[in-house]
Amino acid sequence: MSEVAVIVAIVVLASVSLGLVRVLRGPSAFDGMLAGQLIGTGAVAIVALLAFALDAPLLLDAALVLALLAAVASVAFVRRGAARDDT
Amino acid sequence: MPTSLPAFDALLALLLVWLAGRLLVTRDLFKAVVLFMVFGLMLALAWVRLAAPDVALAEAAIGAGLTGALLLDTVFRLRGEAEPPPPRPSAGLIACAMLAAALGAMLVWSMLALPDDWFGLTREVAAAMPDSGVTNPVTAALLNFRGYDTLLEIAVLLLAVLGVWTLNAEPPPAVPAAGPVLEALLRILLPLLVVAAGYLLWAGAHAPGGAFQGAALLAAGGVLLHLARPFSFGTGWPVRLALTAGFAVFLIVALLLVLVGGGFLAYPPKHAGTWILAIEAAAMLSIALILVALFVGSARHTDRGRADAGAHDPPA
Amino acid sequence: MTLSDWASVALLAAGAFFFVAGTIGLLRLPDVFTRLHALTKADNLGLGLILLGLALQAESWGELARLGLIWALAVFASASACHLVARRALESGAQPWSKRDAD
Repeated sequence: MSEVAVIVAIVVLASVSLGLVRVLRGPSAFDGMLAGQLIGTGAVAIVALLAFALDAPLLLDAALVLALLAAVASVAFVRRGAARDDT
Repeated sequence: MPTSLPAFDALLALLLVWLAGRLLVTRDLFKAVVLFMVFGLMLALAWVRLAAPDVALAEAAIGAGLTGALLLDTVFRLRGEAEPPPPRPSAGLIACAMLAAALGAMLVWSMLALPDDWFGLTREVAAAMPDSGVTNPVTAALLNFRGYDTLLEIAVLLLAVLGVWTLNAEPPPAVPAAGPVLEALLRILLPLLVVAAGYLLWAGAHAPGGAFQGAALLAAGGVLLHLARPFSFGTGWPVRLALTAGFAVFLIVALLLVLVGGGFLAYPPKHAGTWILAIEAAAMLSIALILVALFVGSARHTDRGRADAGAHDPPA
Repeated sequence: MTLSDWASVALLAAGAFFFVAGTIGLLRLPDVFTRLHALTKADNLGLGLILLGLALQAESWGELARLGLIWALAVFASASACHLVARRALESGAQPWSKRDAD
């Protein structure tokens, strides 16, 4: 079971890395924020999987913190980009 | 121990190195900021793999919340590209690069040269744990064995706020009122952040957590609030009291212990847990306020700032 | 391997699949809105399946409660952030893709 969890973690990490391509190629700033969303959800999944694979349930607190704060960067992007023109 | 963990570690390590290189090279500052946020979260994963859950918690809280918001705010005020690199690297740049490479090589060599049964200070710490008042060795080291380190670190944070307060910043940009979705986000997240911060503070004694992690959560709540409804809290006495409370409580306890206990910051073993919790509580509130103050910025964008601008020539 | 173990494996695999699907959507879809939609929905579904798979293996009520809380918060935060970003994109003039652009 831990083996499966680690393999899934690798898959999620790989798909997050691929998603970063969109950040670099993205025609607009919004594509960059999409990467922020992707990494937020992905990191929660990876930490939860590692908490299980390493038999350290207290790591779920770190996943909780990540889930709580996932929206903050997007809010900053939306509110502070609002005063300027975006591409 | 699952056998595919090395594959995970390899992918993570490669990603970290690639991210670091890429974000230094990219000319678009916004992309660099996004890559840096991703880098911070990947670093939190690395801390998890290095069996440092307290640091992972702190990195996650700071990297996901505060750093992202701070850098995004900055990049939108700057609104530009980084300077193009010069056509040929200067001699100074080459010298620095070689120095950095040498330092890196030395670090790698020292890590590889560590004996397999190297324990560091873990044995001494484990032996002293029963007297420390807590069961989380990280908290014990931070607040008890090396307490004066933490005391001075809080002082450094205070100095950072002083530095920010001396700057004459622009007022926050005018933004429309927060819509219903943002308001709903605030209403749900802010109380949860407060509760989570309190939980981390209490849990720090026996599990990953502590004052700094709790403070980072509280500060993220303050940043969210400021983003939705900009505020500034000036430099009045209540604010200064709240900012310095953490350092003050820490110092007062340390000095009290000279009289009552065994010396500067030497807790009596029976009550060490209580002393530590009291210090951490005050420190959490102060650090949270400090971090929010760093984001909200200078309090001087008032008439005083405009009067200053009139008195001197405005900078070009 | 008990029944719940097999169920966990299936759920974890499905979760991974949806994460990959979300990234493919991020890379291949034509405009910001479709990408945002694909990313948010697929990734959150993937996360939910993964957490459900882990919940079947949980060993205490505390773990179960944490996993449930993580999922609820992640869904709520993702949905709100997605809405905010999409509205901002619309306000700043991003044009939704339409079939006419395909030629």
